[in-house]
Amino acid sequence: MARAWVFGDDLDTDQIVPGRYAPFMVGQDRFHTYAFCDARPDFAKDVREGDVLVGGENFGCGSSREYAVAALKKHGIGGIVAKSFARIFFRNCVNLGIPVVEAPDPLAVVRDADEVTLDLAAGLLRAPRGDVQLRPVPAFARQILTAGGVVAYLREHGDFPSVS
Amino acid sequence: MGGPTLAELILSRVSGRDVRAGELVIAPVSRVMVHDSVIDAVMSGLRALGREKVWDTSRVCVFVDHAAPAPTPVVADSHRVLRGWVRDQGIATFYDAGEGVCHQIMVEEGYCEPGTVIVGSDSHSNSYGAVGTFGAGMGATDIAVALALGRTWLRVPASIKVTFTGRPRRGVTIKDAIMRVVREIGTDGARYACVEFHGAGELPQGDRITLAGMTTEMGAKAGIVVGTPEAPEWLRPSADAAYVREVTVDLSTLEPQIAIPPRVDQVSDVSEARGIPVDVVFLGSCTNGRVVDMRQAAEVLRGRRIHPRVRLEVVPSSRRQFEDAMADGTLGVLSAAGAVIGTSGCGPCLGRTGGVLAGEEVCFSTANRNYRGRMGSPDASIYLGSPYVAAVAALTGVIDDPRPYLDASDAALDALVARRREERGDRGAASARSGDRARELVAAMPLRSEPWVVGMEVED
Ligand code: SF4
Repeated sequence: MARAWVFGDDLDTDQIVPGRYAPFMVGQDRFHTYAFCDARPDFAKDVREGDVLVGGENFGCGSSREYAVAALKKHGIGGIVAKSFARIFFRNCVNLGIPVVEAPDPLAVVRDADEVTLDLAAGLLRAPRGDVQLRPVPAFARQILTAGGVVAYLREHGDFPSVS
Repeated sequence: MGGPTLAELILSRVSGRDVRAGELVIAPVSRVMVHDSVIDAVMSGLRALGREKVWDTSRVCVFVDHAAPAPTPVVADSHRVLRGWVRDQGIATFYDAGEGVCHQIMVEEGYCEPGTVIVGSDSHSNSYGAVGTFGAGMGATDIAVALALGRTWLRVPASIKVTFTGRPRRGVTIKDAIMRVVREIGTDGARYACVEFHGAGELPQGDRITLAGMTTEMGAKAGIVVGTPEAPEWLRPSADAAYVREVTVDLSTLEPQIAIPPRVDQVSDVSEARGIPVDVVFLGSCTNGRVVDMRQAAEVLRGRRIHPRVRLEVVPSSRRQFEDAMADGTLGVLSAAGAVIGTSGCGPCLGRTGGVLAGEEVCFSTANRNYRGRMGSPDASIYLGSPYVAAVAALTGVIDDPRPYLDASDAALDALVARRREERGDRGAASARSGDRARELVAAMPLRSEPWVVGMEVED
């Protein structure tokens, strides 16, 4: 079981890790402790490995800072389910191996602090008020996620997955 | 099927096959841009990939601009490591602290070859579309991969066509035009898309950087200006190209625009926000830190002092812009007015160096982002707009329509400034009143009924 952390629309990467807490400002070992420090001060303290972030439209918009995603990775986030994702954020998650999955309207079903299970194989986010149907992850991204991220994929295969 | 958009043209050409929106391509890049903020992650990405060297040392541009000069020992260490890496790699194109913002230098020094793909470690790498380059911002790992392979993967974006007609009236700038577009499209309306600008090819290069760079604020993958003098003949979208959306802005009727915190797409005519007091004015960034922008501010401030309760920080976007503004006396005018002139670079735009904002402070900025906490305290608020509005805010202490200030007689200007200062009053931090006004303004804004969803998938 994991906990759902629910956010609204247009969650920007400044909310995930404010620029003033970039790794090179506070150190590689500390920046993740500032995750959501303005928006959700309880997050860094209470988050557990495998927890799932749930959002609305345009999750992860704003600055391209990959360390926002790296901070989530360090906290062991099991996946992110949102109505839609900002593209750089989406790429960063795929590259670092965090499953990012679209669903038509997850906020209608999932409440903050719900106990949830992210079942990627079944394409479902199981939640107390019902299951959220997940959109299939595109093949290209799936191959990279399965390898654990783009670095692992390239180390294994030497080049990108085929595009055609 | 219609002919290609600019994005389709460029990505077809570089990938060697005819592709359309939605298809995946593996695209060779003509350059990779890396800046100081993310260098640690980029280097460890390269290491993790098992690569000692970048694929081509002549095609990598490295900048120290985001926190420059180093504000803390940790940053200084990171810069030191970066310099060592640049030396070890043998990368010749290196701009150290004080040379300016990466995007400004990439464009003005001619590193952006039109019709090619450039990826950068910064989200405003879209700026390269100012000269017809497909520029896209990416995260550190993507950049490491591009540095290792000289290639990147991309989903060919659908395109939005933005057409400008007419000429702006005096006191109205291209910043107002792009904010009008953001107002229309919203912060996610161009998600995954390429914003193609028509009717802007003849604009000065700096104005085109303002346009292309701010497509990031609409979620775009790229923003490209059609018909620039730099672009080769083949780089023209087909007359029957397919666009997912078209927006036309008549510049001749455009009013000065401002963005209300904390969203870039909460945009209103400046006249509606008249009287909002400010504590700090920032003139700079890759969006509006060029000599033309400083000249516009100087037009308002020449021979005058800024409001005694306002701090004005001016940060030229590059050394070239700094020197041009010095040579023609613009910086002298701004300094005499009370401006602090900062080191060329990103400066306060992202709250790392220069004058960061205290809680409750209200800033008027010519940059491109006003998120909570962007320029310092999360309790500060940031309005965005043109250099003209910025200069008026510095002079009077309030947001106002800049047009009555331009070309006014000395006596009329004195009277106007005195009236505005009187209205502002002399209280301390301005945010209580401005916060109320901001809420009123935002409440009065029409809701966009449906977010514009562009593109088919979220793969990129
Ligand atoms: S000036 Fe601001 S927006 Fe431009 S690259 Fe620097 S931090 Fe980013």
